[in-house]
Parts: sequence; C-alpha cells; structure tokens
Amino acid sequence: MVGDDLVRMENLTIRYGDRAVVRDVTLAVPRNGILGIVGPAGSGKSSLLTALNRTIDLHPSARVEGRVTLDGTDVRQMELSDLRRRVAMVLPLPVGLPMSIYENVAFAPRMVGVRRRSELDEIVERCLTQAALWDEVKDRLDMLGTRLSGGQQQRLTLARALSTDPDVLCLDEFSIAIDPVTTMRIEAVLMELKSQMAIVMVTNLLMQARRIADVTAFMLNGELVESGRTGDLFVFARDQRTNDYLAGKFG
Amino acid sequence: MSTAETSYVEPLEVRHRRESIVRMALAAATALAALPALAIVGFIVIKGAPALSWGFLTEMPVSGMTAGGIQPAIVGTLWLVGVSLLFSVPVGVLAGMYLSEYAGEGRLARMVDLAIVNLAGVPSIVHALFGLGAFVLFLDFGTSILSGGLTLGVMTLPVIITSTKAALQSVPHNFRVACWNLGATRWQTIWHVVLPNALPGILTGVILQVSRSAGETAPVLFTGAAFYLPILPTSVWDQTMALSMHVFALVTQVPNVSEELKYGTALVLVGVVLLFNSFAIGLRLYLRRNRRW
Repeated sequence: MVGDDLVRMENLTIRYGDRAVVRDVTLAVPRNGILGIVGPAGSGKSSLLTALNRTIDLHPSARVEGRVTLDGTDVRQMELSDLRRRVAMVLPLPVGLPMSIYENVAFAPRMVGVRRRSELDEIVERCLTQAALWDEVKDRLDMLGTRLSGGQQQRLTLARALSTDPDVLCLDEFSIAIDPVTTMRIEAVLMELKSQMAIVMVTNLLMQARRIADVTAFMLNGELVESGRTGDLFVFARDQRTNDYLAGKFG
Repeated sequence: MSTAETSYVEPLEVRHRRESIVRMALAAATALAALPALAIVGFIVIKGAPALSWGFLTEMPVSGMTAGGIQPAIVGTLWLVGVSLLFSVPVGVLAGMYLSEYAGEGRLARMVDLAIVNLAGVPSIVHALFGLGAFVLFLDFGTSILSGGLTLGVMTLPVIITSTKAALQSVPHNFRVACWNLGATRWQTIWHVVLPNALPGILTGVILQVSRSAGETAPVLFTGAAFYLPILPTSVWDQTMALSMHVFALVTQVPNVSEELKYGTALVLVGVVLLFNSFAIGLRLYLRRNRRW
C-alpha cells in the first residue's frame, strides 16, 4: 500500500470556530481500491471528506490545519474547478439538477467547453451505463432529472460525478436515503469502478464497509482510532473502542 | 403515587365551533380587502367607459385639455417607464445577484441590506425631491424624460433588488452545492442553474414595479412631466405628459373638465397598469409551467 497512495491526509485538523471536529488525522487513500470510513454520527467523517475537494471552504467558520495531497500536490495549491473535477463527490441526499437527465450528466463537461454533440452523447451514455442507470432512462433522456425516483436520482448523481472522469470518487453516506436494491446496485458499481479510480466511502453501515471496502478506517469524536485491511479490522481490531463499536456496544 | 390526572378534556364541539369562528373571521377579512379593489375598478369603468374611443387614445388634447384625446400622456408614460426600466432592471438585478450569491453574511452586507430595505420605505415625494436635486439640477439633465425616468428608476430599485434577492434565495441551496462539487465556478452555477430557476420571481418583481412607475405621480411631478404639452416626445431630453400627472391635472388644476374625461383618463391609467400586471401573471404562469423541481 505504501508508495501507491493517491490521496494523503497528513495531520489533518478541522475546526468550526473553536470546535475541532477532526483532530490530527493521518490517513491515505490507495490508488485503486475502496477506503471505507466508519464511525458514529458526529465523528467528523463528512467534514474529512469535504476537505478532500475543499468544499469545506464554503463554511465561513471552517479552518483546516495539516494538509491533503492529491498525487503529491497539496490541494490548496490546486485550482478549485480542477480539484473538484478530479475529486468527485456524491452527497447523502440525491440532488437531481433541475434540467434533463442528459443535461445533468453533460453539465460538467459543458462547463469546461465540450460542445460537440457526439462527444457529449458518448460521455452521457458511458457515465449512465457505469452508474447502472442507462437501461432505465435511455429512452427518456430529455425527461427532468428531478422527476426520477430517489434511487434513480442517486445513480444520476453518481453518473454526474463520473462525468468529469475523476481520479477519486468520494461518497458520503450514499445509501442513507435510498432503497436496499439500489444500494446493492451501487455497491456493485463501486466494485467495478475501483479498478479505475480511488474510492472513499463514508458510511454508517458497518456491513456496507465490510462488504466492499478494501481498507476500513474507524473514526470517533474526530479522531482516527485505527485503520487497516477490512478483513483484519473486523476480525481483530487492536483498539478496544473499535471492538466495542464493531460489536454494536455503541453507535 | 399519584400521577397528574387529566381532569378536563375540551368537548369536541367546542373545538369545532372555535375552528369555524376563526375560519369565518379570516374569510370576512379577505372579503373586506377584496371589496374596495372591486369597487374602485368597477366605479372607474362605469364612469370612464363612455369616454373611451379610438380617438381618445390616439389624438392630442384640445381646448385647454377639456376635449380631444390623451395620446401624449399615454406615450409619455411608456417613455418614462421605459427609461426607468433601462436603469433599474440591470442595476437592481445585478445588485440583487451580488447580495444573494456573493456578499455572504458579513456585517457590511447586512448594513447594505438594511439600507436597501429602508430605501424601499422612503415616500415617493422624497424620491421626487432627490430626483430634482440630483438629475434635473446637479447633473443638469433638466426637466426631461431622462430625469423623470431615472427618478422612477431610483424609486423602484430597492424593491427590484429585494425581490431579485428573494427569488434567487428561493432556489434550493443543494443545487449550488451540487454544481460546485462538479467543478462549476460560482458564475457558471448562477448562470446555468440558479438564474433560470429564479427568473419567474425576478420578472414578477420587475413588472410589479413597472405598474408602480406608471402610476406614481410625485416622482415625475418636478422631474419630467409636463402639465400640457400636446406633442409627442422625440428623445429622452424632451419633457412629456404622463397619465398619472394628467389625471392629477384634470381633476385639480383645469376648470370645466367633464367627469367623463377625468374618469376616462383614470380608466386608461388603470388599464395600462392592469395590462402590465396581466403580462406579469401570464409570464409567471408560463415560466412556472417549466418549473423544474
């Protein structure tokens, strides 16, 4: 794993005002594979994720110490649009943009000047196929994205995230608002995608991490308690707190 | 141990009676509000309709305004409203955009906000005096359509800013976050996602202000409107007659004007305002049909 990390978080501390929600976290994301981040609500998982593509900057009171590097470059030195295209984000609640299904996926490419219809068609079909949505919507691409069901919208959100051809795909509790069938389909999609990109998956569902994460990190109260190969962590965690959490003693 | 006893439950019919009393009171208040509006329009239509004719709309006033048409007043009102819009729409919409999308929640932004809200409450006669001082005298535009239009523009600006801001804020924040997460810049997000969805609200605000500009007398009284000027304006530097001013003049300044003519002019003014309003309603309906979430 060492030497093949795409994203590194080094001594990352995040504060909102004087409340530290992430404390001194050092964690790496392998280049190909799924990193699962688990932990109870309020443990700083989502804040950690927003530091990767710097959407944390949207919080006026947020302060970030330490650093995050992507492929060796400090993300603070990167141009924002470029960074966010390389580090894609899927949020907990599906957000279909108020435009057609086609335009939802073509949006990000258009914003960087892709105009040729054939090229856009290709991107739209590829991303919707990757997100396991193509077969359901291929005959109604001009329908409003917001009219899709919740589960479909979440896959649309995923397709849209893939439209920038990202190096890292971040998912923040993607299954919180969708049905189990869609959840399983997206998990299958992630297993496919991990050969092409690094995936960071924040989740509340321990079994989800166990099913698909290659490496799992356990966070509690803003601290990284421990991380390791998913198989190892779930079988014998070194830290008592991890054991207690995995055993369902709190959460 | 003794727990708190529920000693008394209000009988169902008491709650039902209260419900129907409240409902009736609300309905009565609504009726009371609607009644004057209907009465005013009805009264003006009945008394003014006989004056209406094609000639009334397209001819010059004659015999010291006691006969003939009111064409220059209609045309003048359109000019004044046009100039005021050319000023207040771009400035107001851009400022509303800045306040909603860029300014944030800092102390300065709040102060600007407060200033604008207060400006909206300034009486129109004060705007008129400001227009006289600023446009007519200081900038030396004279008494002209330009001065009058700009004065109306300044008067309507606060409401256009406020309604633009409100319309933009009503677009769910999620959409912006989704765009930013895709690497869209702030402006791209506004232009492609926020603005198209805020447009009905912005347009409604703008067009309601058009009606207000057309109807206000005070702001153009010292700045652009002429008492009697039976020619059509040819540029923004001309003075002009205006409908609101004309009603004021006919009613209070000119002797021996027939009731019919006074009410006819008022009816045309109400008609122009209603025309703008129905345009606003139509546009809103059209854009809402395309509402996308």
